[in-house]
Amino acid sequence: MVENRPWLTFLSHSVLMLGVLAVAFPLYVTFIASTHTLEAIMQAPMPLVPGDQLVENFTQVLTAGSTKGSKAAGATMLVNSLVMALAIPLGKITISVISAFAIVYFRFPLRMFFFWMIFVTLMLPVEVRIIPTFKVIADLGMLNTYAGLTVPLIASATATFLFRQFFMTVPDELAEAARVDGAGPLRFFWDVLLPLSKTTMAALFVIQFIYGWNQYLWPLLITTDESMYTTVIGIKRMIVGGDAANEWNLIMATAILAMLPPALVVMLMQKWFVKGLVETEK
Amino acid sequence: MRFRLIAAALAGAGLFSANAYAQTEIQWWHSMGGALGEALNGVANQFNASQKDYKVVTSFKGTYGESMTAAIAAFRAGSAPHLVQVFEVGTATMMAAKGAIVPVAKVMADAKEPFDPNAYLPTVTGYYSDLKGNMLSFPFNSSTALFYIDRNKFKAAGLPPVPPKTWKELIAAAEKLKAAGQDCVYTTGWPSWVHIENFSAWHNVPIGTKQNGMGGFDTQFTVNSPLHVRHVSMLADMAKKGLFTYAGRGNQADGKFQAGECAMATISAGALAGTIKAGKTDWELSFLPYHDDVKGAPQNSIIGGASLWVMAGRKPEEYKGVAKFFAFLSRPEVQMEWHTSTGYVPITKAAYELTQKSGFYAKNPGRDLPVRQLTNKAPTENSKGLRFGNFVQGRTVIEEELENVFSGKKEPKAALDDAVRRGNEILRQFEAANK
Amino acid sequence: MEKRVVFRSAWLPYALVAPQIAITLVFFFWPAAQAVWYSLHLQDAFGLKVQFVGLANFATLFKDSNYLASFKVTALFSVLVAFFGIAISLLLATMADRVLRGAMAYKTLLIWPYAVAPAVAGVLWAFIFAPSIGILTYILKGWGVDWNWIIKGDQAMLLVVIAAVWKQISYNFLFFLAGLQSIPKSLIEAAAIDGASPFRRFWTIVFPLLSPTTFFLLVVNIVYAFFDTFGVIDATTQGGPGQSTNILVYKVYHDGVKAADLGGSSAQSVILMFIVIVLTVAQFRFIERKVQY
Repeated sequence: MVENRPWLTFLSHSVLMLGVLAVAFPLYVTFIASTHTLEAIMQAPMPLVPGDQLVENFTQVLTAGSTKGSKAAGATMLVNSLVMALAIPLGKITISVISAFAIVYFRFPLRMFFFWMIFVTLMLPVEVRIIPTFKVIADLGMLNTYAGLTVPLIASATATFLFRQFFMTVPDELAEAARVDGAGPLRFFWDVLLPLSKTTMAALFVIQFIYGWNQYLWPLLITTDESMYTTVIGIKRMIVGGDAANEWNLIMATAILAMLPPALVVMLMQKWFVKGLVETEK
Repeated sequence: MRFRLIAAALAGAGLFSANAYAQTEIQWWHSMGGALGEALNGVANQFNASQKDYKVVTSFKGTYGESMTAAIAAFRAGSAPHLVQVFEVGTATMMAAKGAIVPVAKVMADAKEPFDPNAYLPTVTGYYSDLKGNMLSFPFNSSTALFYIDRNKFKAAGLPPVPPKTWKELIAAAEKLKAAGQDCVYTTGWPSWVHIENFSAWHNVPIGTKQNGMGGFDTQFTVNSPLHVRHVSMLADMAKKGLFTYAGRGNQADGKFQAGECAMATISAGALAGTIKAGKTDWELSFLPYHDDVKGAPQNSIIGGASLWVMAGRKPEEYKGVAKFFAFLSRPEVQMEWHTSTGYVPITKAAYELTQKSGFYAKNPGRDLPVRQLTNKAPTENSKGLRFGNFVQGRTVIEEELENVFSGKKEPKAALDDAVRRGNEILRQFEAANK
Repeated sequence: MEKRVVFRSAWLPYALVAPQIAITLVFFFWPAAQAVWYSLHLQDAFGLKVQFVGLANFATLFKDSNYLASFKVTALFSVLVAFFGIAISLLLATMADRVLRGAMAYKTLLIWPYAVAPAVAGVLWAFIFAPSIGILTYILKGWGVDWNWIIKGDQAMLLVVIAAVWKQISYNFLFFLAGLQSIPKSLIEAAAIDGASPFRRFWTIVFPLLSPTTFFLLVVNIVYAFFDTFGVIDATTQGGPGQSTNILVYKVYHDGVKAADLGGSSAQSVILMFIVIVLTVAQFRFIERKVQY
């Protein structure tokens, strides 16, 4: 602190607390709504202290979904979300780290061509090629499959760049030493490069876990089978009518289920998360 | 060793041929979730139990729009189901896809299943037939828009608890309800379906040229007629005075009425089951209100819901099973069961009469209103139904423009003119794509 | 840029890039090429009748006042999301940079919304602002505000902006905090000795030094508002009422998936691709520059 101005410190704390409250308010309302009966929530204003239906509501959504909209069980949806949230970062890290290795440590024809090919994928988000991509998935028979949910999302320019940047900072002496020792490229990759990349991988994993967990448009397009819904899709499918017709207590319980795992990952692995965010630039 | 291999191969072949003699599967993609899905599976199971040759296999594919998209994608990938449930607004799109679908009339004729088009209710099947009366798709779940009131709220406002018959009466009641402190006086579901499509049929005015598009793709919307403008102006005026609460483009109004929020609502007949289950209203059903100075009104209302389309590219043997299934679905007792358990209207006259005879309507007053409203008068060119290409988009356009009126952004006449102009562009696009 | 030491192998590098390239070809290039192909054709939903129409789909789009309106809506939406997202998080980050006690706790409590899916953020706020049962609706009604975003376009826009900004604040906050912490304290101290007030110091020293971060966040937030907010819109307003919240990405989805208009939707896709290219180049140039620091 440059100088001590009590009123400024007080102001800072007030603004921050206000910010924390504003950010937390929707979460609080969501939690309260998930502990009441539907009737209680329908009273305007809804109660602002927890009710006694927590166990009932969560049991209902975990085992049977909603009664009016989607009947997909929350437990199944959590598994599906988890599959996406794990398969996407693992797949992404794997294929990105090996392609970055090839591009940095080898000279071969078409090297730059491949590099630019990967780069261009940045410019083709799912949102701009909805219909044709859907058709490709349908043609390949990948609708309503885990492969369809994950494989198209694992190609990644950002992850490849991140590893490329990192490999560029690895001292050349290490590769030189490996070569002198007679170690092949794969050996060098496995014994030297991968251990050095651990922190980058961990950071990337945290960011991509959230990315995978929160996917929306993609599973919305290619899952029509209730047993393949992810938690985020399940919430949307539980909204069947106007605000008075929805089972908000169950929807909000599912929303808690959808928010909890990634929020815990962000808060508990804050160090990796911040590193991943700042390094991947999205 | 070699002998054993041959034996195994023969056994394998035997198994295979045994399979070939087994039941033929009929794939049926649908969009009925919840209780309706259970009723649908009940129908399929009954059919499967009634004979040995065919087995109907149902799968839920999400909302109507999603089922249709999935079926289109599957067709393009060469793996379409036999039957797909398509909502009424998708009718023209399906019909135009000549190589992708097989008309129901043809399926029945090819399989030599006895089939009498006159046995069906004309307002129901007319929606899904060509001009010669050939049934193109099989009406499965059809409902219509009805007028609901909550008698408790009428009594609280000192009004006699009977549904107003005309819009004039409705407004008079609405003003009294508002004065008595009722917050949501009147609301509506499906604004385009109720206030443009059904409104037009009910007042015997066209929605579009060429018999509401049934006469050809070169049709144009006519929803900016003086009567349409007058009706929408009236709704806008009601909205301004707080007599009309807009609820959204879909069935959101169902929930509002069922929760006891609103005193009056024009929503689907299909919302009755939910209204009874919610148990929060002293409901009474009635025909849709009309403008009593319009000549010929009320005419008859039109349906909403979905029909079953037969997709092309399957074996003739399998289509025989489809025909058998349609014959089964047409049986009066099957229709009566579907009608009484779901609230959708029966599709044959025999089923309606059977339900009447069973005493169901006497025990459940109001449940015959949809059929009575649909058959109020013999349908005219304006009230048979409608068939506009890409009407999913067309309906969105109408709804957007209605919202522009209700929110006070546009004058009714200007908004409906825009709806017609934008809607016609969509129709021309469809016409060009299906030349 | 280049490594001095490299390995040699005729096949290994190809095998290593193969998975990435295969996925890129099948799920990126092939569909993108198809989008371009579709955009030049007119076809029915089932693809039974396909005819080449040149640029007619594009001409139709640019004649359509509603497509142009969708551009305006998208622009307004992006500007609002970027402005409020950046302004609020800059304020919070500046305050968090000042406090000594509890800084870590504040940070933890401010960053978690990053973990919330946009669609879920939309559902949360839609519930809080629900026209008949929402808790904030109730308070607003008490103040005499007629709140009903189902029919009032500007309120619907406000709702989706709030949901989108709420989710994005954490991201902006982290970048601003990192930026603030990298500003040498000696600079600030020197200004303080010169007698500049904290407010003045912020505008004359801190804010200019943060401008690279601010510019970077501006691009990122616009990209976010353009594409990643699809879930917010789909879970709440679905583009309505009227066309008030019909952003470009939602329109592509609606026309293509819900209305089965392949030509029109693909033409919109191609236009969007063009916009993404411009945004990506802007973003990438900046990243390259930043990497050189």
